[in-house]
Amino acid sequence: MDHPAALTSELIGRESEVVVFEVERGAIRKFADAVQDQTPECVRGDIAPPTFPTTFRMTIPGVTFDLARVLHGAQEYRYERPLRAGDRVRCRVRVANVYRRQGRLGEMTFLILAMDGTDESGSLVFSGTTTAILR
Amino acid sequence: MTGPSLAARPDLDRGSVLPDLRKPPITKMQLVKYAGASGDYNLIHTDDETARTVGLDGVIAHGMLSMAFLGEYVCWLAGPESVRRLSVRFVEMVRPGDTLTCRGRVKERTTGNAGSRLQLEVWAENQRAERVTIGEAEVEIT
Repeated sequence: MDHPAALTSELIGRESEVVVFEVERGAIRKFADAVQDQTPECVRGDIAPPTFPTTFRMTIPGVTFDLARVLHGAQEYRYERPLRAGDRVRCRVRVANVYRRQGRLGEMTFLILAMDGTDESGSLVFSGTTTAILR
Repeated sequence: MTGPSLAARPDLDRGSVLPDLRKPPITKMQLVKYAGASGDYNLIHTDDETARTVGLDGVIAHGMLSMAFLGEYVCWLAGPESVRRLSVRFVEMVRPGDTLTCRGRVKERTTGNAGSRLQLEVWAENQRAERVTIGEAEVEIT
């Protein structure tokens, strides 16, 4: 099992591969159903809910940790436009920062991940920032 | 469900309190469905035994589920085409049986040629009125 101590500032700048995700109508509907999101456009599967990019899961080489020891501290998404059914989004995630802080539960590692998604013409659709806390 | 339509509310300005959106109680079934729909299979959200091995009393909800509630809230307020930003901090744990209510207020309103941009303070609170997820949203309305 990987130990959080394996995450160091040497990882800053490391990136995932570019992955193309297709926004599927069924996936939007399933997501809206799980959330009990009643936004009509989301229930129909036309427009993805704002947090839908969480379904775009990618890995960064060298960035591994024990899932049971990670807390999601914060999340931000910025949108140029909503994601729609049929969109093909080119996504990449990179390590924006890694640092240690003394917290209530002892020393913790903060991992900041930056993600972005562009459409087929190369225009930015959304970007996101994840703060993960490893104890 | 039809929202209150911020576009039709030019009176909303700094400090205006927004209508709230009460979500149904969170169930273990919902957490299993959210795990499948989101791809977050961390077992602390779906398996009590795993949750106990890390010192929890039982499973806790995905933080992202409460953020999804706030995403729905902002769409309900302003329409899904209008959302430009949603940013949250996860401050308290949410457990099955908790009932979250999304609330908000206007922080800032800027009006330009194309329409208005509103900065909203939004949060989800539980049945004990504890804020569990706190954040900000930005919407553009024409």
